[in-house]
Amino acid sequence: MNSQSPIKQTFTKESLKKQFRLSEFLSEKIITSVAFLSIAIIFLIFIFVFKESLPLFSFGNKAKPNTEIQSNTDKPETYGAATEELKPETYGATTTEELKPEIYGSEPVSNEELKPETYGESKKEDLSVPLADEPMDAVSENKEGADNTWSTFFSTEWVPVSDNPRFGLIALLIGTLKVTIIAILIAGPLAILAAVYTSCFASNRRKEIIKPIIEMLAAFPSVVIGFFAMMVLATFFQDVFGYDSRLNAFIGGVAMALAAIPIIYTISEDALSAVPKTYTEASLALGASKAQTAFKVILPAATPGIFAALLLGVGRVFGETMIALMATGNAALLSANPFESVRTFAATIGSEMAETVFGETHYSVLFFIGSLLFIFSFILNAIAEFYVKGKLIKKFQGK
Amino acid sequence: MKTTKLNVALIVLVVMGIGFSFTTSNKVTVKGSDTMVILSQKWAEVYMKKNPGASIQVTGGGSGVGLAALINGSTDIANSSRPIKPAEIEKLKARYNSMGVEIPCAKDGLSVYLNKANPVTTLTIKQIGLIFAGKITNWKEVGGPDATIKLYGRESSSGTFTFFKDNVVRTDFSPSCQTLPGTAAIVNAVKKDKYSIGYGGAAYAEGVKDCAVKKDDKSPAVLPTGATIKNHTYPISRYLYMYLKSKPTGEAKAFIDWILSAEGQKLIEEVGYYPLK
Repeated sequence: MNSQSPIKQTFTKESLKKQFRLSEFLSEKIITSVAFLSIAIIFLIFIFVFKESLPLFSFGNKAKPNTEIQSNTDKPETYGAATEELKPETYGATTTEELKPEIYGSEPVSNEELKPETYGESKKEDLSVPLADEPMDAVSENKEGADNTWSTFFSTEWVPVSDNPRFGLIALLIGTLKVTIIAILIAGPLAILAAVYTSCFASNRRKEIIKPIIEMLAAFPSVVIGFFAMMVLATFFQDVFGYDSRLNAFIGGVAMALAAIPIIYTISEDALSAVPKTYTEASLALGASKAQTAFKVILPAATPGIFAALLLGVGRVFGETMIALMATGNAALLSANPFESVRTFAATIGSEMAETVFGETHYSVLFFIGSLLFIFSFILNAIAEFYVKGKLIKKFQGK
Repeated sequence: MKTTKLNVALIVLVVMGIGFSFTTSNKVTVKGSDTMVILSQKWAEVYMKKNPGASIQVTGGGSGVGLAALINGSTDIANSSRPIKPAEIEKLKARYNSMGVEIPCAKDGLSVYLNKANPVTTLTIKQIGLIFAGKITNWKEVGGPDATIKLYGRESSSGTFTFFKDNVVRTDFSPSCQTLPGTAAIVNAVKKDKYSIGYGGAAYAEGVKDCAVKKDDKSPAVLPTGATIKNHTYPISRYLYMYLKSKPTGEAKAFIDWILSAEGQKLIEEVGYYPLK
């Protein structure tokens, strides 16, 4: 761009000064701003997520009109009646008609054809019987107002779309932990052993084949893994173990292990390779076998890195949405049985965010779950950063 | 320096171009129900072929998403597989002082799927409701083998979920109901699980058995077929709606009139739903 003739180059104090180049200046600024932008974006996302869940924390009555179904609570089966005053246009003309918005089109739907009527009188009577017979149990009641959905947070039922919605986070939390533990129990040992093999035992040629292949697992979109788990793994494991529900925490855990293995493997492998050669050489020189060196010297020395790898794997599984959505069955059951369906935090957000009405309690609760996920991953990262760097490294380096 | 300026000018041009493309075009946007996306796209495609000047843009997202977009003013037509909720009308009224305009544009039967190996073939609506509410948990209670019933349903953001809840279950779904993303996923699950039951559009039932539904104990069992859904003898059928803020005008009116005409209605069956008549 700037061609300066090198012929008469005299070095004055001026010319030795750093020259101002616009391109350099711009690229430097852009790189700096990108670096700071990511920090800013993370904070903005967190602020947004937390802000949307804020209505939950206002203990006044303000949030009450936002809740989805406030007028239907007394008589759940009269679907149309609650809307009476909302539609004056058609309401005035025919008072007995089912209330609905104005109709446009050559073929207006007559009263009998509208949904609530489609079933005929007899059917309505039929279904009102079970409603009367079996009122909600006391546990499931949501005391709106004073404590505004908080009362249901520690219940076990997750029924957000209901005449009295219940947001039992406990069942979701247990479900998430169940899937995470299963996934890490499977992925952790497999990935770490694979890493030990490639870094300590495998020949260079094998290493060059195995490493990229395992890392390729990370390239699978989670939808594909989820679909594979739903269609193939679920049937296979049901045949093997003979449990009851086809889609369950175990299947979800297996599928998520597939997603977590490449992460844990890559980072553990790096940690193992980063152990100074002197350790290995010293150990071998003292007459230790290859296996003894690997498991007694290299593995302990790499523990901080492996620990960090596991934490990152946990983070991946904890936030995984698509696999959970497809393979875990998504039923918020509270049980210790790993072969029961579960519902995870992330899957709940993924499946329910799409159609919640902005500003209502359900929406806020979903964002609250989002904040929980964010805080959890923040804590995990903090542990990985401070505990591992601070304590473990010092311990293993003998400082 | 010259290239930098040129680049800046180019970027500005591109940004302005994108900006203008949003403001100047007067296309009709249709947004909403995932159930209706394929149908709407078919309509838009054929209509645009017939009227080269027209521009109709169809996106899915879900019934509630479409209605929310209608309330926010970001779409002209909202597709919905369920009737508009009173709360949503209230919002429309607050914002536009209108009740909204409802246009039933097709019929759809909600089929109850059973595994082909399941000896149970007929259920009453009440039994289906009790099964999904978790009050009936064993097939022997409805004349089947002694096995636990596995429930498969849609996630609560789905219009199908809302319809089924409001009209069949009429209370909360059982917590053991497994929710899956999409009707195809439910069909697949039911296909592989012998003692399971699921629900979804009648057009999707491939590899599973449609349950014949009785209105009550005395009435005859009806299978969801084109004829029974159209003449309303099959009890679990619904309308697919389009919602507008006010009476349609211009391009939107032409499009809707065409949909309601015999020509538009003829396309419905090709997609797997049922015309109004």
